[in-house]
Amino acid sequence: MEIKVLGPGCANCFKMEELAKIAVKELGIEATVVKITDIGEIAMNGILSTPGLMVNGKIKHSGKPLPSLEKVKELIKGEA
Amino acid sequence: MLKAFAHYLVYSAFGMAQGARLSGALEFFIYDSIKIFLLLAVIIFGVSIVRSYFPPERTKRILSHKREFIGNILAALLGVVTPFCSCSAVPLFIGFVEAGVPLGVTFSFLISSPMVNEVAVVLLWGLFGWKIAVTYMSAGLSVAIIAGFIIGKLKLEKWVEAYVYKIQSMGAAINTVKQTFKDRLVYARENTTDILKKVWVYVIIAVGIGGFIHGYAPDDFLVRYAGNGNPFAVPIAVAIGVPLYSNAAGVIPIVYALMEKGMSMGTVLAFMMAVTALSLPEMIILRKVLKVKLLAVFVFIMTITIIGVGYLFNAIL
Repeated sequence: MEIKVLGPGCANCFKMEELAKIAVKELGIEATVVKITDIGEIAMNGILSTPGLMVNGKIKHSGKPLPSLEKVKELIKGEA
Repeated sequence: MLKAFAHYLVYSAFGMAQGARLSGALEFFIYDSIKIFLLLAVIIFGVSIVRSYFPPERTKRILSHKREFIGNILAALLGVVTPFCSCSAVPLFIGFVEAGVPLGVTFSFLISSPMVNEVAVVLLWGLFGWKIAVTYMSAGLSVAIIAGFIIGKLKLEKWVEAYVYKIQSMGAAINTVKQTFKDRLVYARENTTDILKKVWVYVIIAVGIGGFIHGYAPDDFLVRYAGNGNPFAVPIAVAIGVPLYSNAAGVIPIVYALMEKGMSMGTVLAFMMAVTALSLPEMIILRKVLKVKLLAVFVFIMTITIIGVGYLFNAIL
């Protein structure tokens, strides 16, 4: 499974990345968490407000406020 | 009821002397901060629910291929309710342009979003009354509509970085998860606590200025240099405000202090708009999609429009 965290590097983007990593660990699944910071690439993925979270190429979350850890787990599980 | 509570707290619970300056200030402080926090909580919650119906993706679709002027008005209004933070300015800009939102319309949105929002309006309302809040809101919307319209008319698409037009998003990936009303309530609650956590310090400072500095501040200094008597007060205030960066909540304590010291309303509102709508960090972010020439035109048009609004309000208020 591929999880993408998209954001140019604001505080919330780092938090989102942390959340995704913890979620993967706690779910105990095989997944890579990729951070995308290039603005062009973020836009290309269709994210309008950062931070964005994509699982297997599907946008699961974008913008603030950040989802809770439980919510992130759910979003990831939904694609597993 | 709130007044009675503040009165009770100060004179009965704290046992402070009636009529003393400090206790009077404290009573005012307690009353005003509770009032503003209640207003903020209720209104942010309400706006968040409206907001959940207008994610940027939807706004983009609404504005796509809109005619100018109508588009500018819509964009400015949607800017009020569409969640957006300056760190997302670039992906949002690219997304809008790519979806066929006209350049000037995109600008109207980018201008109105940080400048006119529920936090700014509630704080102005709570501290200075609803007339000032409505004035600020209509002025902010006018600036966004006019500045965006002019930028559209100037046909400056050539000064947008060329790569922006080459990007094609994988639009099919757009999230179409249906939200239940309960989801929206949860979102509204999270958003409200999120915003309150961020702004409470500024509210306390602003109310503190009102309660404690009120009457102590030497008020002739600013009046002499930036009061009604000085025809250049507005441009000076705007020139100071443009490079500064703050959100609406952060600038409120300064706004309060300036008003307390006798700066006229139009000048203060123009200052607040300059601070929230234009800033050096935002320009650096936007530089990724706009050529320097377009940035300069943007800053110039905004500055002139805000100064105009400042003069107008000084004349009519």
